[in-house]
Amino acid sequence: MKKTMTFALFPLAALVLAGCTSSPSGADYDKATAAVVKASFQDRGIAKVDRLQQDEANRLCSAADVAGKPLDEKTAKAIEAANLKTVKMPTDGKFIGDWKEGEKIAQSGRGLTWSDKAGDANGGNCYNCHQMDKKEISFGNLGPSLYNYGKLRGVTDPNAAASKAIVEYTWGKLWNSRAFNACSQMPRAGHMGILNEKQLQHVMALLLDPVSPVNQ
Amino acid sequence: MKQAVVNRSAFVAVALTLGAGAASAQGNAALDGIAKYREMLQDGNPAELFEMKGEELWKQKRGPKNASLEQCDLGKGPGVIKGAFVELPRYFKDTGRVQDLETRLITCMETLQGFKGEDIAKTPFGKGEMANVTALATFVATASKGMRFNLSQAHDQEKTMYEVGKRLFFARGGPHDFSCASCHGIDGGRIRLQDLPNLTKNPGNGVGFAAWPAYRVSNSQMWGMQLRLNDCYRQQRFPEPKFGSDATIALGVYMGVNAKTAESIVPAIKR
Repeated sequence: MKKTMTFALFPLAALVLAGCTSSPSGADYDKATAAVVKASFQDRGIAKVDRLQQDEANRLCSAADVAGKPLDEKTAKAIEAANLKTVKMPTDGKFIGDWKEGEKIAQSGRGLTWSDKAGDANGGNCYNCHQMDKKEISFGNLGPSLYNYGKLRGVTDPNAAASKAIVEYTWGKLWNSRAFNACSQMPRAGHMGILNEKQLQHVMALLLDPVSPVNQ
Repeated sequence: MKQAVVNRSAFVAVALTLGAGAASAQGNAALDGIAKYREMLQDGNPAELFEMKGEELWKQKRGPKNASLEQCDLGKGPGVIKGAFVELPRYFKDTGRVQDLETRLITCMETLQGFKGEDIAKTPFGKGEMANVTALATFVATASKGMRFNLSQAHDQEKTMYEVGKRLFFARGGPHDFSCASCHGIDGGRIRLQDLPNLTKNPGNGVGFAAWPAYRVSNSQMWGMQLRLNDCYRQQRFPEPKFGSDATIALGVYMGVNAKTAESIVPAIKR
């Protein structure tokens, strides 16, 4: 499944020579890019060069971004189906943790850079892109506002049967955002091991617990 | 010169207090406050100190060959500084590769002064000869202040580097699936309260590629484009791009060509 960004080593000079007789194609530039990637990066701290390996979703979404055209529907659906299969429901059957812990995780943007240590707790990066608690004015806008996330969806008791569908969807979205939007820009917090099950339960509470500041 | 440093630090402290006061207010007031704070900082930019250091280094006889850099060819002929920055990165016949300002300066330090370029490229940012490269880059770039970006795409390697840079810009990877475009692919984007330039097109005068080298108030450091890219990749959770590697040059070409006609405000001052 894992395909590497670095195909065969293809020297830039060779591509340029080829360009003398006919203009290089997009595929030639893809090869040149692979060679440049292979030669340009090095391991540092916990960030090793194996992070440059792209899975199918990243490979296809990156190519679509370069082309400036969205994926065709069939490809998008296939990516979503493959990612949906990775979603693991909570092993203890609990979806909702403590919103106060969730708020701390949402505030933190730490973790997994080469200046972080292995085993350090990762943050969720939520406020970097989303509005959540209205009292926090320092929020980004790359993602939609999540203020009143649960309230707007009519969640009065996240443990009630009536809330099951939205609770499970939200868990799946946090676990692997690409299950519902093939080229979503949101990190796949559960799938990629950014947040563990316990942390996800806390973020779920921040979004869905009626007493959470997000729902005031 | 020392007096200038003291005055500027005091000024920065006052401005920071004002900025913090504004940030505790709501919404737009906070953003206005930050914009005002940045504007005030423009009046006393410590980057001037790095520019002065760079000018001294440019003229000083140094290195094993005891020579100055005054005959360095940055693309517009030996010794021509004005206008060089807004045309870089570009292809250089003598090295047979596309180079940005910082890697080209190292080539000159090697050929004219006898330094070992490889050793400089491996030196951490802010240390030894690498700190000198940053000062030199600040000096050279400042000479093009107010000029407009106009990178060449005439050579095949320059075209290839643009295409490679574009692909790197959109390449998603790492544990967070981030690419450069995750933050810099739309207009009006923000991480927290930090405005993000859209680097897939000309983001405007003095924004993005047209703003580095810049002095960073938060850590009191002068950053060239190489360090700017290095820290972007750190936050992107990627492995480290080697100094002067083709990936960094290709991204420079991509952003520089996109910034065509944008006015350089270098040296800028940043958060």
